[in-house]
Amino acid sequence: MLDIVARLGRIGMSFLQRLGRSVLFLLRSIIGIPAVIVRPRLLIQQLYSVGVLTILIIVVAGLFVGMVLGLQGYNILVRFNSESSLGVMVGLSLVRELGPVVTALLFAGRAGSALTAEIGLMKATEQLSGMEMMAVDPFKRVIAPRLLAGFIAMPLLAAIFSTVGVAGGYFVGVGLLGVDAGAYWSQMQNSVDLWDDVYTGVIKSIAFGFVATWIAVFEGNDCIPTSEGVSRATTRSVVNASLVVLGLNFILTALMLNGE
Amino acid sequence: MIEIRDLHFSRGSKPIFCGVDLDIKRGQITAIMGPSGTGKTTLLKLIGAQLKPDAGTIKVDGFDVHKLDQNALYALRQRMGMLFQSGALLTDLSVFDNVAFPLREHTRLPESIIRYLVIAKLQAVGLRGARDLMPAELSGGMARRVALARAMALDPMMIMYDEPFTGQDPISMGVLVKLIKTVNQALDITSIVVSHDVPETTSIADYIYLIADGKVVDQGTPRYLYEHEAASSWAQQFLEALPDGPVQFHYQAEDYAEDLFAQINKKINE
Repeated sequence: MLDIVARLGRIGMSFLQRLGRSVLFLLRSIIGIPAVIVRPRLLIQQLYSVGVLTILIIVVAGLFVGMVLGLQGYNILVRFNSESSLGVMVGLSLVRELGPVVTALLFAGRAGSALTAEIGLMKATEQLSGMEMMAVDPFKRVIAPRLLAGFIAMPLLAAIFSTVGVAGGYFVGVGLLGVDAGAYWSQMQNSVDLWDDVYTGVIKSIAFGFVATWIAVFEGNDCIPTSEGVSRATTRSVVNASLVVLGLNFILTALMLNGE
Repeated sequence: MIEIRDLHFSRGSKPIFCGVDLDIKRGQITAIMGPSGTGKTTLLKLIGAQLKPDAGTIKVDGFDVHKLDQNALYALRQRMGMLFQSGALLTDLSVFDNVAFPLREHTRLPESIIRYLVIAKLQAVGLRGARDLMPAELSGGMARRVALARAMALDPMMIMYDEPFTGQDPISMGVLVKLIKTVNQALDITSIVVSHDVPETTSIADYIYLIADGKVVDQGTPRYLYEHEAASSWAQQFLEALPDGPVQFHYQAEDYAEDLFAQINKKINE
């Protein structure tokens, strides 16, 4: 019994130590952000690798999710003779929930894992130590540009996902199943509120971008500098970011629904 | 140039240094030698203030490196070059950009001057023609020469070499030995070479510290350590690469015969 208590205590202590390290890491990274703003070239490079290179998977996923929503939505709504409301269903589902959440999960898998592996390998090959010895702060030169790029890219990617999803729903609902095009757009326009729905999604995507990128860069910097350590850190980065995004989504949804 | 006093450092519960005193004189090549795992690289990281000692002081050019704030430490590091064992080149930058990296980070020189300086440094290490290659296209020896050019970029007062000869073919090794000596003399800098490659290191070192079990076990000029009777038996074994001596060939174990016939003896007893 005592062994179990001791083990739980060790796990708890280890978790709190990591949490503390990650918060200190975040503070040091945020302090490095002004240095990135002075040198926008570093940010643009990272926006390309974190954001632009993730667009393809976001567009493809957004299109298919939108098409499935169109198909499922039509089959449910047609039972109640309200298939003209398909636009509302597709729009609200994407903007409020699926857009930010699925984008964040894909972002953690595509960009987050790449960030962790890149920083982890830089640590394992002593590139970060080398920078420190050249009197270059890795937090300003390596971590902060990647963190800022993730913060900026994630809401934009979520917006692309939702937009493409709405187009996918339109393609299936209007193009294949015969829903009236005017009804699709006008119902969506009337029912999707800028403040209550769109901004909800934007706030979520900003929050998810923040935690997913934070976890990715922290795991990379905190990894054991061996090939196994980098591999484990990459796995942890994707798993932790995905779980935190899903948990945070519930909390944010509950808070925002209470606020309405 | 460097003054280390009563240095204590441990990793977890394992002590690495237990009261090390060491002086590195300006303009000389000082070698720090010892078997693998004695903390030679750790010592360089302590000198560069990448690690903090448990006790003791390290002064570089009069400054206690562990009492400096980040700005002062970074100002001091600009005058300290370090050559990592792996080269630690930035893999997303070409050879030219790697050597230009410290210049671009710490100076506001125009690109034309940076180009001039980078080409001069690459010429010194014989790799002017490799300036457009990426680090992945370089051999281990070439990567270390590029790293040396990068370490020289800001004309430092000292360069620390971490195992510069390990894993090199004889030609690359010869080139690196010659380069370290030439750079030390031509730029009049202080060099610290951490290594366990005895012939190469003793051929260029002015002074040698031998480290084992967390302490300096012997020190002196290469000639003193090779010839002087006062040099310890440990030093003799290390420098002559003898398989047995104070450092025993066998890892501590129980009696050989008992170990070998343990299972048979167990069955007989049963």
